[in-house]
Amino acid sequence: MAAVPGDISVTPPSGAMAARLAHRRSRILREKAIELLLFLAAMVSVFTTIGIVYVLVKESVVFFQHVPLLDFLTDTQWTPLFDDAHFGIVVLLSGTLTSSLVALAIAIPLGTLIAIYLSEFAPFSVREVAKPFLELLGGVPTIIYGYFALLFVTPILQWFYPELPGFNLLSAGIVMGIMIVPYVASISEDAMRAVPMSLREGSYAMGATRFQTAVNVVVPAAFSGIASAYILGISRAVGETMILAVAAGMQPNLTFNPLEPAATITAFIVQVALGDLPHGSVGYQTIFAAGLTLMLFTLACNVAGHVLRKTFREAY
Amino acid sequence: MAYVKDLSAIRALIASHKRWDLVFALCGFAALMVGVLTFVALFADMAIQGLPRLNWEFLTNFPSRRPAQAGILSAWVGSCLVMLVTAFFAVPLGVATGIYLEEYAPKNWVTDLIEINITNLAGVPSIVYGLLALGLFVYQFGLGQSILSAGLTLALLILPVVIVATRESIRAIPQGIREGAYALGGTQWQVCRDHIIPYSSAGILTGVIIGMARAIGETAPVITIGALTFIAFLPPAPMKTEAPFLSFDWVMSPFTVMPIQMFNWTSRPEAAFLQNAAAAGFILVLMTLAMNGLAIYLRYRIRKNIKW
Repeated sequence: MAAVPGDISVTPPSGAMAARLAHRRSRILREKAIELLLFLAAMVSVFTTIGIVYVLVKESVVFFQHVPLLDFLTDTQWTPLFDDAHFGIVVLLSGTLTSSLVALAIAIPLGTLIAIYLSEFAPFSVREVAKPFLELLGGVPTIIYGYFALLFVTPILQWFYPELPGFNLLSAGIVMGIMIVPYVASISEDAMRAVPMSLREGSYAMGATRFQTAVNVVVPAAFSGIASAYILGISRAVGETMILAVAAGMQPNLTFNPLEPAATITAFIVQVALGDLPHGSVGYQTIFAAGLTLMLFTLACNVAGHVLRKTFREAY
Repeated sequence: MAYVKDLSAIRALIASHKRWDLVFALCGFAALMVGVLTFVALFADMAIQGLPRLNWEFLTNFPSRRPAQAGILSAWVGSCLVMLVTAFFAVPLGVATGIYLEEYAPKNWVTDLIEINITNLAGVPSIVYGLLALGLFVYQFGLGQSILSAGLTLALLILPVVIVATRESIRAIPQGIREGAYALGGTQWQVCRDHIIPYSSAGILTGVIIGMARAIGETAPVITIGALTFIAFLPPAPMKTEAPFLSFDWVMSPFTVMPIQMFNWTSRPEAAFLQNAAAAGFILVLMTLAMNGLAIYLRYRIRKNIKW
C-alpha cells in the first residue's frame, strides 16, 4: 500500500518494508536520471543549431561593422584579401547560382525519369539492383567527384568545345548534377510508391497505359514528395563544396556563363581556410559572413520545401 | 465500312500509346544507365590512373615533394583516428537521442523542437559545420586544429543519420514486446536496455556504418577547421611502455585525412601528383563502397530474417 514514493513520510515503514522502499526509491531515481541523460543527448541537436547560429551571427556582426551591408549586397567585386578590399557577395552568388542551375538541369530530369521508371515501369529485379546501386552512387565522397570532373569530364567537354578553360562551372555542375541524382530519384520514388495502388488500378481500368498513368495520375498525386525532393536537390547543390573547389577554379568572377571559371561561396570558404588567416582579421570574418549567406539560402530552401509539402499534401 | 475504319483508327491510337509507353520505359532505363555508366567510368578512371601507384610504400610513406616517394601514411592514420573520435561521440549520442524520441519523449513543443531541428540539421551544408567547429571548437573551446575538433565536427555532421536509423529500427519493434516486458514489472530503462536496444541493434549498426562512410569522405568541414595539408609525422602513439600505458595525447595532435591529402595532390599541376591523387582516391572509394555495401547487405539480411 505504501508503494507510492510520496507516501512514505505518512506511514513510517520498518524492516523489510523499508528496505524494499529504499530499493524502489533508488530505482525510481535511477530511472529519472537515465531519462534526463537521454533528454540531454537529444538536446545536443538543438544546441548544435544554436551553436551554428551563434557562431555565424557573432562573427558576421563584427564583419558588418567593417563592411556596410549595402556594399556587401551591391558591390560587384569580391577581393576581401587585397589591400583595396571589396566585398560584393553577388560575385560569389553568381558562381553558386550558375553551377547549381547546371546541376539541377541535369539532376531534375534524370532523377525524375529514374524515379518514374523505377516506381512504375521497372521489373522487381531491376529495382532490387538499382536502388542499392543509386545509394552507392550517393555515397561516393565529393572529393572523388571533384577529381572526376576536373580530369575526366573537362577533357571530354574540351574535345567537343576546345576553347573551354581547364577550370569551368560546366563540368563541375554536370558532375554535381549526377551526384544529386540519387537523392532526387530515391525521394521521388518513395513518394510515388506511397501513392495507393487503387488510383493506378482506376487509371488502368479506364484503358490508360503505364505512361499515361504515371504522368496523369501518379506524379500529380505524389507532387508534394517530388517537390521536396527537388528542394533537397537545390540545397545540396548550393551547399556543395569540394567539386567546385577542385573543378571550377577559385577565382571570384561575376558571370552567369557556365563555360567560365568562377568561385562559389563554398569554394571561397575552402580557399580562405587553406591559407593562414589570423583569427579575428576581416578576412577571417568574411568566411562567416559568406557562411551566413549560405545558411540563409539553404534555410529558405528548407522552409519552402516544408510549405510545399504542407500545401500540396494529398491525403488518402 | 465506317465501323472497320473506326476500328483501325482505334488500333492505331492504341499502338501509338503503346509505342510512347515503350519509348518512355527506354528513356527511364537510359537515365538509369547514365548513373550506372558514370559510376563505372569514375571507378575505372581511378583504377587505371591509380593502380600503378598502389604498393606497400604508398601506404607506409609520408607525403613528399617527390611524387614517386609520396605516400599516404599520415593521411590514413589520421582518418582512422578521426573516425575513432567520431564514432565515440556520434554513436552514444545518436542512439540515446533515438531512444529518447521513440520511447520517452512526451508529446509537447520541446519534442517538436528537437524533431524539427534534426530534420533541419540533415539539410545544413557540411561546410557550415566546419564554420561552427572553427568558431566554437577551435577558438572558443580552445581545442585547436586537432583530431578531437575534427572528430567532434564529423560526429555532429553524421548525428542525424544515426538518429534516423535508430528511430526507424526502434519503430519496427512490435508493441507486444514492450508490453510483455512491462507486464513482468520491468522499468522503462530495463525495457530499453534488455529489449529495445538489442532488437534494434542491427538497424542502428546499418545507420552507423552509412554515417561513418559519409564522415570518412567529408573534406570541406575538416579543411575549414584548419587541418594541415602537409603532415610528415604521426600523432603520438596511444600506447606507452610505462604506466598508465594509455595516452590520449593523440587527440590534440595536428593531423591530415585521406580526402584532404587527395585534394592537395589534385590541386597540383604535375601529372605524377595527379596519379597519386587517383591512387588515394581509389582507396577512398573502395573504403566507402565497402562500408556502404556492408550496410546495404546488413539491411537486406535484417529485412529477410526478422519476422516478429
